[in-house]
Amino acid sequence: MFLDLLSLILLVSAALWTVMTRSLLRSAIGLALTSAILTVIMFKMEANLAAVFELSVCAGLIPVLFVSVVSLTQPYTHQEILERMKSMFARFRLLPVILIGIGLILVLLGPHSQAKLPLPESGENTRFILWHLRQLDLLGQVIILLGGVFGVEVLFKERKKSA
Amino acid sequence: MLSAIFVVLLFIIGIYCIMASYNLVRALIGLEILIKAVTLLIIAAGAKSGHLHLAQALVITVIVVEVVMITIAVGVVVGIHIHNNSLDVRKVRRLKG
Repeated sequence: MFLDLLSLILLVSAALWTVMTRSLLRSAIGLALTSAILTVIMFKMEANLAAVFELSVCAGLIPVLFVSVVSLTQPYTHQEILERMKSMFARFRLLPVILIGIGLILVLLGPHSQAKLPLPESGENTRFILWHLRQLDLLGQVIILLGGVFGVEVLFKERKKSA
Repeated sequence: MLSAIFVVLLFIIGIYCIMASYNLVRALIGLEILIKAVTLLIIAAGAKSGHLHLAQALVITVIVVEVVMITIAVGVVVGIHIHNNSLDVRKVRRLKG
């Protein structure tokens, strides 16, 4: 019970650090940390397959994409970044107060229950559901992946043309 | 109930980040945090209702969509940076449409 609460608090803290930290690079690392903590929570809720996907894709691939885009698009000097970050910090300083306030309101107004994550009941196999019952989802995934490949191709061509 | 409170908090962090950021990369990171909240909500709802396997199948779909969306968005952000030499949303005013 305590570990469930701790992991959820860590998840929100990591997300908060991700959006409030000064450097975009640290934000990308914070995003990976948030995904890793979410993976732990998923394992605790016995959602193993989704947790593996979350760890490999969301904590592995997506932060790499963000780090790449940060390294490709860093047009400012260190001094300019520090000046910009001061104004950013002023905009974000209300966020922790809002979070604590809304969290307290939700805890006080919500029905009292045990502070632990729900555990699953027995059901059908995930693979059976994915491959036999949700075939339309798979078709949608294939179409979206092809669309993504096509989109990257178009963006790459456009960049080559403008160069 | 416990996970629902933290899902709401994650939603607030993501929406606040999108609304208060002027940098496109940071806005994308806010969007990512919103998707994390959705993922946690689907898994918690699946575990609570006894349909965790169905929830996992949906989460896998969400992750695939998320990756494609971020890849395209990153390409668009790099393109915007090449054309405008800035990622500040206030300076991106040359959109044609």
